[in-house]
Order: sequence, then C-alpha cells, then structure tokens
Amino acid sequence: MALSPTGRHRAGWADPLFRVGTGAVAVLVIAVVLGILVVLLNDSMLSVRKFGLSFWRTRTWDPVAGEFGALPFIWGTLYSSVLALLLAMPVALGIAIFLSELCPRWLRQPLAFLTELLAAIPSIVYGLWGIFVLAPAVRWLEVHTPEALRRTPFFSGPPLGVGMLAAALVLAVMVIPFTATVAREILKAVPVSQREAAYALGATRWEAIRLAVHYGRIGIVGAVMLGFGRALGETMAVTMVIGNNPQVALSLFAPQHTMAAVLANEFTEAADTLYLNALVEIGLVLFIITVAINGLSRLLIWRMDRTRARPTVIKTVPLAA
Amino acid sequence: MEDETSVVDQPGIRIQTAVRTDVVPEAERQAITIRDVQFYYGEKQVLFDIGMDIGENRVTALIGPSGCGKTTLLRCLNRMNDLIEGARIRGEVKVKDRDIYGAGVDVIEVRRRVGMVFQKSNPFPKSIYDNVVYGLRIAGQRDRRKLDEACEASLQRAALWDEAKDRLQESALSLSGGQQQRLCIARAIAVEPEILLMDEPSSALDPLAAVKIEELIYSLKERYTIVIVTHNLQQAARVSDKTAFFWLGRLVEYGATPQMFTNPREKLTEDYITGRFG
Amino acid sequence: MSFLCALSVVIALVPLAFILFFVLRQGLPALNWAFFTEMPKPVGEAGGGMANAIMGTGILIGLAALVAVPIGITCGVYISEFKTSRLAPAVRFAADMLNGVPSIVIGIFAYAVAVLPFKGYSALAGGLALGVMMMPIIVRTTEELLALVPPSFREGALALGATRARAVMTVILPAALPGIVTGVLVALARVAGETAPLLFTAFNNRFFSTRLDQPIGSLTVQIFTYAISPYEDWHRQAWAGATVLIAAVLAFSLLARAVTRRLERMHRG
Repeated sequence: MALSPTGRHRAGWADPLFRVGTGAVAVLVIAVVLGILVVLLNDSMLSVRKFGLSFWRTRTWDPVAGEFGALPFIWGTLYSSVLALLLAMPVALGIAIFLSELCPRWLRQPLAFLTELLAAIPSIVYGLWGIFVLAPAVRWLEVHTPEALRRTPFFSGPPLGVGMLAAALVLAVMVIPFTATVAREILKAVPVSQREAAYALGATRWEAIRLAVHYGRIGIVGAVMLGFGRALGETMAVTMVIGNNPQVALSLFAPQHTMAAVLANEFTEAADTLYLNALVEIGLVLFIITVAINGLSRLLIWRMDRTRARPTVIKTVPLAA
Repeated sequence: MEDETSVVDQPGIRIQTAVRTDVVPEAERQAITIRDVQFYYGEKQVLFDIGMDIGENRVTALIGPSGCGKTTLLRCLNRMNDLIEGARIRGEVKVKDRDIYGAGVDVIEVRRRVGMVFQKSNPFPKSIYDNVVYGLRIAGQRDRRKLDEACEASLQRAALWDEAKDRLQESALSLSGGQQQRLCIARAIAVEPEILLMDEPSSALDPLAAVKIEELIYSLKERYTIVIVTHNLQQAARVSDKTAFFWLGRLVEYGATPQMFTNPREKLTEDYITGRFG
Repeated sequence: MSFLCALSVVIALVPLAFILFFVLRQGLPALNWAFFTEMPKPVGEAGGGMANAIMGTGILIGLAALVAVPIGITCGVYISEFKTSRLAPAVRFAADMLNGVPSIVIGIFAYAVAVLPFKGYSALAGGLALGVMMMPIIVRTTEELLALVPPSFREGALALGATRARAVMTVILPAALPGIVTGVLVALARVAGETAPLLFTAFNNRFFSTRLDQPIGSLTVQIFTYAISPYEDWHRQAWAGATVLIAAVLAFSLLARAVTRRLERMHRG
C-alpha cells in the first residue's frame, strides 16, 4: 500500500464525504436564517406595496376599517425597551462588578447560580407575576403619585396599573440577569497585568475597578446592547402588562403596545390577507432591528477581544526600539 | 560604562561575559533593609531567613534559577504580594527606616514610594499622556500644568520624549514593544518614587530594545534606587552595582557585582554563574 | 460604592424572591392529583387540570429535539473541525444571529412554512418553531465542548490509522457527549418555557391529543390563556402551571450543573 504525498490511502473518500456531509448540514443553518428573512419579505409584500413608508408614520391601527398604521407599535417597543435598559443598566453593571471584584469567594458560586436561575425563568411566569403582583403594585404607586407629578405629561392619565411603567419594570427585571452575566464575563477577561500595574502605581481597589471597567468598556457596551436586543423582542411578559392599546402616549401610566405584543395578540385573528401582511411587516421590521443590534453588539464584543491581542515584540527594524 | 571582557574557562566550554570592573563604593545610606524575612504561600514556605541591605542610588540585581524566590522577594518590597490570597510574610522590611509591614502603614503610600515595572509591559488602553499621568491623577493631582510638566519630565528621563512628544494623545498601544516598556517606566517614575523595582524588564524585548532599557537603568540610578530581578546573567553583570544570588528561597551570596562574577565566594554561586545548572 | 454594588445584587434578587414566593404560594395549593391527570373543564366549571397541556409540552419539546439535535450537533462538528474554512465563520455568525431572533418572529416563520401550506395548526409546526430556537444553542454548545477535548485524543486516534471522520465520530464526539447532553437539557428547558412561537403554530387544544398534525396544548399557552381570562379558578390553575414549569426549569438547571461539575472533575483528572 503506497502512500500518496498527501498521505491518503484506501479510505480516501471518508474524509471528503465527512466534510461535505457536515458542511451541508451547516449550510442548513444559514438557510434557516435566510429562510426567515425570505418568508418575512414575501408575506409582507402586500402591505409594503400598499402602504410604503407611511405605514410607519401613521398612528391609526384599525383592522376593521383596513387602516394599518404601525407607529404606536414602534413607539411602544422603543419606549419600553429604552426605559427598561436605563433601569437595568446600573443594576446589571453593579452585579457584574460585585461578582467579579467584590464578592467573597464562598458567595460567588451561589450568587452566579441565582443569576443564571433568574435568566432561566420563562417569560410567561414573569408575565403571570406581572399581571397579578406587579400591576396592582404599580397601580398603588400610580394612585399615590403626588399631584404635582400627575400634572406632567409623564404621569398623567388614570391609574390602571397596566401600562408603560409596568412593562418597563418587567422588562428591566428580565434583562438584568442576562446583561449582568455577559458584563461579568467581560470584566473577568481583563488581564491581571492591568490591575497589577494600577496597584503598583498606588491605586485603591476602586481605582483599579474603574480601570478594569474602562478597559472592558467596549465589551460592556456590547453587553448592554445585547440586553437591549432581548428587550425589543420580548413578547409574553410585555403583552400581559402593557395594556395592549395601540396609542402613542408619553405617559408612563398609559396602556400602550409593542410590535411583539401585537403579533402575539392579533396574528390568529388576522382574517384577511392584508391584515396578515401588515402584521408580518411588523415582524419583518422587528427582525431587522434585533438582528442589527445583535450583530453590532457581537462586533463590539469581538473587537474587545482583538484589542487584547499582544503586540509583536520582535522588531527587525531597530529604530523604533 | 567601563567593561573588560573576561573569559571564564571550563573544560569544553568558553563563556564570554562582559563584566564591569569598576567597583562602586558602598552606598552611604541603605534605602531598604530586610531582616529575617520568611514568606509563605499558604502552608508552603518559599523564602527563608532573608536578610540584606539595598543601597541608595545603587542598582541591585537579584539573580537565581526559576522558582528561587527572587520575584517573590521583589514583590514583597512594595507589598504586591498582598494581592495574593494565602500569602504571608514574617520579618521586617524597612524602606527608609520605616517598616512597610508595620501597623497603621498605608499600603497605597508604600506603592507610591516604591514603584514597579513589570516583565511584560502593561500600558493601559489610554493615550500615552493619560498613561504617564495616571499615577499622579489618582494621587489627586488635577493641575493641568503640573501634569504636563511631570509628563514631559518622566518621558525625558525614560528616553521616550523625542519619540512620543508629537503623539501624546495617541493610544499607548500604538507604540512598539520596547517603547511600551519605556512608557511603563515613565509611568512608574512620574509619581516620583524613591525606589524602582524592575521584574525582568527587558526579557520580553528584542536585544536592541533590551540594550536601550539597560542604558536607561544606568542613567536612572542617579535619581532612584533600583532593584532588578533578572535571569539574564550578562545583563546583571553589565548593569548592576551589587548582585544577590538566590537559590531555593535562600540568599546564598550577596556582594559587589565584579567580585560576584569573577570570584564568587560560594561554590553554588560559581556553579550557577558558569552555567553548570539553572 | 461597594454598598451600591451589593445593593444592585439585592435589587436583582428581590424580584426573583418575589416571583418564587408568589408562584409557590399561589401555585402549590392548587396542585393536586387532578391537575396532572384531568383535562380542562368547560368554562365556568370548577376543577379540571392540565394533563393535556403537560403532555403537549412533552411532545413539543420531543419534536423540537428531533429537529434541533441532529442538525445542531452536526453543524457544531463542522464548525469545530473545519474552522479555517470560509464557511465556518459564516455558519457561526448565522447561528449567533438565529439566537437573537425574537421567538415570535420564529413563530411567523414556522407559520409560513408549516401552517399555511397545510391550512391548519399542528404540533409539527410548533415542534419546528421550538426546534429552530434550540438549534443555535446546541450548535454553540457542541462547538465549545469539542474544543475542550484534549488534542491528545485526536492525535492518538489518527496515529492509530483512523481517518479524520472516524476520529471525530468514535473518539472526540463521544468524549464531548456528556457535555453536549447537558447542553441539550439546558436548551430543552429553555424552549419548554416558550409561549410566543406556539401561539400560532401549535395553537392550543382543550382535549387530549397526541396527533402531530392537529393543534396541541402546551403548558405555557395554557397558562397564558388562563391568566388573561376572568375566572378565579383558572387563575389558580395558571399559578399551578407556573409552579410546575419553574420546578421543571429548576430541575433541569440543577441537573445540568451537576453533570457539568462532574465533567470538569473528570477532565481535570
């Protein structure tokens, strides 16, 4: 049995088959992603052609009359997600710093486990808790809001409990564990030599922590964006506490709607094709936004890994030494 | 730097070392005095009965095979070992007559007075300027003019000013390896320490960059007391005034560099220096 | 400052405690034998259970696993074995993207592919939706675990004359299998809790059904339906369902953790 230069012998077909076989399945995954895009484009064509860009500027969502304006949904989605993120970010960062820098050793594992547990609770359970526990609590808060605040546009309207505030709170609670975990990984990846350098210069513990956060800032932004992406796509918990009212409102007390929520509520009731197309168009935009944000955040986190690469030390040109 | 090449003969081996032959007078004052130091990582003892004096404005080299404890001792001098869990020290380490492990000592203050440069340069991902003035800023210095002056002075002393003066706002990571190490030296001396500890400062650099660092060390000793850990015997022989040889956690011999390298008292020292082991 | 960080930990854990507390308080009393064995009673009648829904969730995640596990593992093997090819980074990127797609959008996809052409909701459609959601998790897990297998295994196999394919299938993959199984369990736990993608694929079914071409009930959709209804009794059962769901998630998490720890100990020798 002679060995060819490449070392292949009798079973020369096994490895190429292996490669092609597994590769074909791998391509399937790409196909699924593209397939989703294709489906969304295809099944929203009617609506896109009929309404064009005004779809996203119109406020009226009246399926019965055939009027489809999706502005309230994008408004509600962005409002709730941004608010949730503002609430969640400091808490998530605080947890990440605590777990990676301040936590006593014995507490680390159990706490990390609890954080993971929080992240694993299904959305529907958050929704259930939201309807029966959080919304009444928010209602109590709304009823007891001082009169001066209630006159501002942010706190106006009847105290229903369900509304933007409840939705933002639930979203914040849901986003915190995930963002905290990613941020913690980023902080853990800061090289020890950076901290040592800071300490050797006389830094206190907090100055060293600030340096670590500064070092990981790109990755942390990525983590926050990932959390944002999650919030944008969150469906069940939101639809159970936001009130499902397609209106553009500034008030935190007002019941509003989001893109994901309207899909959950009205998809099965879409009687005619145009209605369905309009809904799928909303799904299309949701898809594009979340994929864009996820892509951007992964890029940021990837870039963080790259800047950590050690610079080459062997130089052939003596000048710059 | 005067040097005279002396050749140490061994059967079958010829080793060239460039050893300084100018014997530097003993320092008038001792910058650091170490007495009866024992050091433990958890249950394991790694430093035994260390006692030595380090002269002011001198370059003292700590040499020895890997694991002999020289880096551990170095890190005791600015209490960096405090960061390691389970590390314990017994004995006395006095910097300018004050025991740095005494009660009520501010460890931040110690680290400002005793600076450190690491084996692998570790500039922060900030601009060159921000790197150099970092230590001053966290010490509370906010005056922009003072920071600028300190920055220029430190970079001058680290022989990096000419190369860096037009790019102070650029990222420190854009410098070459050798430049980054000099930046770290500038950063360390910006806080005006009295003592500078260097842990194998040029081992990660190419030979030309390493030589520049050695020249720098020689020029810095006029202002600072320098303690350098190195496994490069030629470097120790070229650059230091006194050399301390460690083996398995003990100080075996400590003396003037020319004498250590040409006529060591202990057989162990001689074996190490001539390359018989380690 | 440290206080603020510790405070944020507390802030995050308080809702967790709250949720668990309420779920248990409302749900435990409502859990009885009937819950696990009976079908939902007609509107207005008290009692009944979620037997069909629990069964439905079981069937759905089984279908999802059928879709996701073979594809996911194979894909992971490809990415790990041929990481220098041009396809591998693209596939990894696609898997990451898929991971971030909102579950409701995946529901739309499954609707278009498996509901519209057959003019009806079905368990298969629901299984497809959940399977698509599981895929990226399994791809990721497989890839990471294959990378953890010591290179000495591969070298040993190749040195004995194995082809690359055989080395992977008979030595490397089996070595990574326990961890992959853990990953699959974790992924199953995650999709078992999904509601949105089932709303218009598997839809719901008040009756006991195991037919794959018919709509099928699921624990999550049933909880949702009950929760937004006006009936007290149904609210109670919703809480009970949530208790079962959380218990299952917790059980899976603990199991996965125990297996991972056992694995780490094995690898460290």
